[in-house]
Amino acid sequence: MVGLSVDSPAESQKLCQSRGYTFPILSDPKADAIRQYGVLHPNGGEGGKDIARPAEFVVDATGTIRWVNLTDDLRVRARPEAVLNAIDRL
Amino acid sequence: MLAGRFRGAGANDTDYTNREVRGLKRRRNILNWAGFAIVLFAFLSYPIFVPFPATRDIPWANYLLFLTGGALLAVGLRRAFRDSAHYRGKTSGSILAVLSVVLCAIFVVGFAYFARQIPPAGNALRVGQKAPAFVLLDTAGKQVSSADLLKNRRGLVLIFYRGYW
Repeated sequence: MVGLSVDSPAESQKLCQSRGYTFPILSDPKADAIRQYGVLHPNGGEGGKDIARPAEFVVDATGTIRWVNLTDDLRVRARPEAVLNAIDRL
Repeated sequence: MLAGRFRGAGANDTDYTNREVRGLKRRRNILNWAGFAIVLFAFLSYPIFVPFPATRDIPWANYLLFLTGGALLAVGLRRAFRDSAHYRGKTSGSILAVLSVVLCAIFVVGFAYFARQIPPAGNALRVGQKAPAFVLLDTAGKQVSSADLLKNRRGLVLIFYRGYW
């Protein structure tokens, strides 16, 4: 499992520490990977910065996308059970 | 209040000419303040309920708190206006009521409107497509590639999020 956002490594480190996350968080400051996955939120961030819209992808060992979750409400995210189900089906 | 009773049946409790009634201190209208405190808590407490999907996706707990606080304020205001001889709070209660309505409106609009300000996801990759490879820095400043993450693993979960700013 890996998290991605436009935050810098230092900012992500602060988040990891404050929440106790043990999975890697990657920095995509120019939103390159974010664009490639089609989850860009143009000007959605502070100061009009391009950021990611919330999204979850499950990718199998061959690199193929097997599950996608997009939300239309910032507060509503994928429930853990849904993600685990998707992983079980790999 | 007591002075009014001793004057006998038929005496009007709101007879202000009775010096003893005028001399009594009007009670502080605790319901107004309690109601507003609950509304304020309703407004600020969403982070407490966020870890639980049942109260996160639709903030039932907060809506209930708004209703409870609003009900207390309504009763308190009624008391202040109908029985102003014994209860204070016509002005302060009215101000608190307006503030409560404003807080509730901000909360509801925040959830119904701002949380939905996400662009349509027409461009998002779909099931069956190849996941693009990437090389990005982790929190230690080390380069991590998607190929490395997938090596010898059943799969990978990618969680894109807005960012912590």
